[in-house]
Amino acid sequence: MEVEAAKMIGAGIATVALAGVGIGLGNIFGSYISGSLRNPAAAPKVFGNVLLAFALTEAVALFALVIAFLILFT
Amino acid sequence: MSEGHSPLAQFEIKRLIPYDINGIDVSFTNSSLFMLIAVAAITLFLTVSMRGRAMVPGRMQSIAELSYEFIANMLKENVGSEGRKYFPFIFSVFMFVLFCNLIGMIPYAFTVTSHIVVTFGLALIVFVTVTLVGIFRHGFKFLGFFIPKDVPFVLLVLLVPIEIISYFVRPISLSVRLFANMLAGHTLMKVFGSFVIALSWWGGWLPLTFITALTGLEFLVAFLQAYVFAILSCLYLNDAIHLHH
Repeated sequence: MEVEAAKMIGAGIATVALAGVGIGLGNIFGSYISGSLRNPAAAPKVFGNVLLAFALTEAVALFALVIAFLILFT
Repeated sequence: MSEGHSPLAQFEIKRLIPYDINGIDVSFTNSSLFMLIAVAAITLFLTVSMRGRAMVPGRMQSIAELSYEFIANMLKENVGSEGRKYFPFIFSVFMFVLFCNLIGMIPYAFTVTSHIVVTFGLALIVFVTVTLVGIFRHGFKFLGFFIPKDVPFVLLVLLVPIEIISYFVRPISLSVRLFANMLAGHTLMKVFGSFVIALSWWGGWLPLTFITALTGLEFLVAFLQAYVFAILSCLYLNDAIHLHH
């Protein structure tokens, strides 16, 4: 296989990490919504943590993006 | 797509005042310029807004007080009362990252934090400071940080290397998180911006609405990443001050 083609395929495969990130993000917001419906009074208190978890999970997706960029552009 | 319109062209570093000492390139670049702008903006914002020193704060003064209390509370909640003396450090890091991110959101401005060198430098400052704090506070006992409590000896053989690796990977994950968020966000905006041009006036409205929403998200991310950077610095500091959380 040509190296260029292999690079393209590799970069595509690197985005598979997004599956895990999707599950993670859904989990975070799903748990937040169900939790805040059970106990609406506590919802504002955990919202900061939700945003933190969102940012940390999103970062995993971006690590995959960096890997894809590294494969494509080096 | 021509070279000047590549989505990554916005991250190019240009030498404004070329200068080098013994072959080491220390030119004044657009990156340095925007760092200076960020520092000047922070200084201006904090001094001008606090000039009134009113008992009942005005609009600008409340923003300055809000940012102060935000970090003060973050330190109190995550580190405790001992974190008080590290307030200037965390506050400077937070404000610098926040202003670099926000200034980068201005069209045609350069995003300083979209370069791994800058964020890795920042993360390294945090890492070295925190490690030194731990060593000066606990001396030789600081090494006990790498040994988890109440674990059978057989597992320790496995866990101690993992603890050590996860400790030394901290500056990398801290810097790559900020850098990748900024890089990805700005690249995405540029890509959608080029869709607007490509589809012109009859089809460009769809990407245009999307890019408007994306700009809002990017402002959120700009704040959120500064927040995450600061709060993780707080957590690392907490680890160093109170060994075994």
